Amino acid sequence: MYADWPLLSLVIWTPILGGILVLFAGDKEPAGARKIALVVSIATFLLTLPLYTQFNTETHLMQFVERQPWIDAFDIEYYLGVDGISMPLILLTSFTTVIVIISAWEVIQYRASQYMAAFLIMEGFMIGTFSALDAVLFYIFFEAMLIPMFLVIGVWGGANRIYATLKFFLYTFIGSVLMLVALIYMYNQAGSFAIFDFHHLRLSLTEQVLIFLAMLVAFAVKVPMWPVHTWLPDAHVEAPTGGSVILAAIMLKIGGYGFLRFSLPITPDASAELDWLIITMSLTAVVYIGFVALVQRDMKKLIAYSSIAHMGFVTLGFFIVFRIVNSGFGDQGAALALEGGMVQMVSHGFISGALFLCVGVMYDRMHSRQIADYGGVVNTMPVFAAFMVFFAMANAGLPGTSGFVGEFMVILASFKASFWIAFLAALTLILGAAYTLWMIKRVVFGDVANDNVAALSDINRREFLFLAILALAVLGLGLWPDPLVEVMHPTIDNLLNHIANSKI
Amino acid sequence: MSAEFIQPDLMPALPEMVMLAMTCLVLVVDLFLPQEKRGFTLLLAVATLVLAIAAVVWVAPVNAVSSFGGSFVLDQLAVVLKISTCVVSILVFIYSRDYLVDHDIYRGEYYVLGLFATLGMMVMISAHSFLLIYLGLELLSLSLYAMIAFNRKSLSASESAMKYFVLGAMASGLLLYGISIFYGITATLDINQLSAEISVQFAQHPVALGFALTFIVVGLSFKLGAVPFHMWLPDIYQGSPTSVTLFIGTAPKIAGFAMAIRLLVDGLGELQVDWSQMLTALAIASLAIGNVIAIAQTNFKRMLAYSTISHVGFILLGILSASANGYASAMFYTITYAITSSVAFGVLLVLNRKGFEAEEISDLSGLNDSNPWYAALLAIAMFSMAGVPPTVGFYAKLSVLQAVVGVDMVWLAVLAVLFSVIGLFYYLRVVKVMYFDKPLPEQTTTIKEALDVKLLLGANSLSLILLGMFPSTLMAYCILAFS
Repeated sequence: MYADWPLLSLVIWTPILGGILVLFAGDKEPAGARKIALVVSIATFLLTLPLYTQFNTETHLMQFVERQPWIDAFDIEYYLGVDGISMPLILLTSFTTVIVIISAWEVIQYRASQYMAAFLIMEGFMIGTFSALDAVLFYIFFEAMLIPMFLVIGVWGGANRIYATLKFFLYTFIGSVLMLVALIYMYNQAGSFAIFDFHHLRLSLTEQVLIFLAMLVAFAVKVPMWPVHTWLPDAHVEAPTGGSVILAAIMLKIGGYGFLRFSLPITPDASAELDWLIITMSLTAVVYIGFVALVQRDMKKLIAYSSIAHMGFVTLGFFIVFRIVNSGFGDQGAALALEGGMVQMVSHGFISGALFLCVGVMYDRMHSRQIADYGGVVNTMPVFAAFMVFFAMANAGLPGTSGFVGEFMVILASFKASFWIAFLAALTLILGAAYTLWMIKRVVFGDVANDNVAALSDINRREFLFLAILALAVLGLGLWPDPLVEVMHPTIDNLLNHIANSKI
Repeated sequence: MSAEFIQPDLMPALPEMVMLAMTCLVLVVDLFLPQEKRGFTLLLAVATLVLAIAAVVWVAPVNAVSSFGGSFVLDQLAVVLKISTCVVSILVFIYSRDYLVDHDIYRGEYYVLGLFATLGMMVMISAHSFLLIYLGLELLSLSLYAMIAFNRKSLSASESAMKYFVLGAMASGLLLYGISIFYGITATLDINQLSAEISVQFAQHPVALGFALTFIVVGLSFKLGAVPFHMWLPDIYQGSPTSVTLFIGTAPKIAGFAMAIRLLVDGLGELQVDWSQMLTALAIASLAIGNVIAIAQTNFKRMLAYSTISHVGFILLGILSASANGYASAMFYTITYAITSSVAFGVLLVLNRKGFEAEEISDLSGLNDSNPWYAALLAIAMFSMAGVPPTVGFYAKLSVLQAVVGVDMVWLAVLAVLFSVIGLFYYLRVVKVMYFDKPLPEQTTTIKEALDVKLLLGANSLSLILLGMFPSTLMAYCILAFS
């Protein structure tokens, strides 16, 4: 029955139009605005489910394709479609937005309708980014989502929010404008803005390297990779809980997605040539940022740095493939690395989102994010403490949780490339456990530290609901990752075929 | 000398004739209106512009027609630009009303002068001889000088008018000097014949032609406000009454673009290599100076002046790429820029009240708290100027960049986007002030809202998003103008 529905357009425009509706519902009736927002977000989530159930796992071709001419002057098309890479990320987006809307229910009192509307509109833009197959359409969504995030951090953020949000916007913008020039350059070569026409473009190595670097700036800032990561801790610390969750769970993934959709297939030779650069940056993120996380005093900052380290795994998995192929392990090892990176993206979406929500739950009660202000939370909030410990374990990569699967796949694949790369990557198992568990020890366990902690009340039903849903997702993906890995198999195989052919 | 007098075909000039007749009518009718019926003058002025638009549409030819011995041309370019000019002028007239009332300068002369300025712009757009271009330019400039000085009680306005007059006269002089050298070499003022004459004379007078071209480009840069001939712009923007700044900042840009196309492309196409190089330098300087200095401004009008300079840089990028694509994208950029800045100044006008002159960026503090509607409209305009999708500013920048990359000047495109990142900062600061800062105490008085202004401004601002999402139609007209 869904076959002839424009499903992707629906999941993009339902939240955007819903968001505008919420905006007009206004602040006079915040309760109504919240309800509309929740209904819209759940409806969007339900609409994304057929993308999974109707998904054909046999083919690498784009599915649910919609293609209309849009701006004839420059052959720009309204061209949508999903494959095994983008579909899971779309589901992650619609799922996380529901969680964010629920988590903000009573917490946001100031201009609640604008807050809800911002997240709904952002959801539409993010899904659009994942499903756009036209470069300009992709770029429009890619940039447009900055506006609501800019407002979310700036209006509902913490004390230093203006600095953080301007930094966030400018950093991302400077990265993406260079990509825009690269896209226009490729348009002039290919005569169309369709991403697949870019995939088949023949480019000399110099051209490829320049295009690769332009796109690297855009995506590296978004991921964020060391050394262009400095906007992330600021943005995370100052953002309201919902903003942090969306940032960590989805926006960072757009950088990783960009590498898979643009960098690897369009410039495979340059990627092979410069893979040392990405691997170095990724390993630095894993090791150095791991140490940086260890010394943080602010919980949100700690999780932000942990995000950077975990995203380092993603980029490592994506770019180690050239070394694996060269070492003679063939496509199977390479596929393991790419799929590991993808699983890590989805899993990190759940775990980091959940951890930010946990910090949010405590912040709502204590209005502090400093680790030193806490201690012995388990005594007053036992249920909450159970959740938080569970998510922390997942963050540290405990087997049985989703955090383990992705990391394990990437490390396993790295061994086929080089022992030392794998060794450095595996350090995360120690570092990750160290910074996460040490924070847990100081915040959750021990004696009740002060009167404020003693006065804490445990989570209510609403908070229990969203934490429980996330815990199930983390556990489910950890125990049985097959449903996720299966859908991306053909796409990843096709991608590997594609990047194995030189384009010079 | 028995040259026969040939009756020129008057039809192509019908819109101008309608404008002239109606403007004289407005002038006379206004004399007999008591102050409280001034609204009728506004109505009549708007009707004049609507009639002019109707006349343009009515006489719009399929192929270009020329009249008055080739000195007047009506082509697709002229049709689109004239309609845009008139539409923007209508917006200006309506947005200005409450400001004029509050400042006790609600007089019919404002509209008469505005209409004469519009007439001058329409003449410039259709002019195809040096003389007629100059005629239109002076009609526009003289009207603007008077409009700026219109508020006699304001010292800064008189100062601005004086400055504008002196510098504008100098620019006109430079332009005339360039024209006279061309006339000396080619013995023609007709732009149609100029190209042919230049190609004949080029071997003989390369230096003199280059010399003359330089003066033309300098005069043009003065009028457009390109660096290093931009100094008048910030002062005039800041000093003029906001209603006049709104006018200067919008419609004349379209006429300026038309003048550039008529002079450089139609007339001096033979010297394209030379003027492309000159414009490259001017464009880079405009992008750099405009964007960087705008950061330091605290006065909103002055900041927008510097932002205008940077946008002129972008328009020049389109022209200097010297391809049909480039001209079309520059045209698209100019028209949409005029629409965008009419929103920015329009919102500023609304915030003005008796005894409170909204000028500083800080005057916008907490606008989202006191009036979310206008805050949203201004935010859309700011994002559009910064070129953030899905607003039209993004598409305008994209098309210009595409033209620049298309002629293998990737480095110029990279430079342009880097400067636009710098530009983004000061546009974001305006959004920041409106949305993140708390309102000032004097801001708490409610804004007087006229429903027509509110709706028109809303439509104007939403058109930025609509044009950004569906730019095809306007872009198709722009491409048609240069095919």
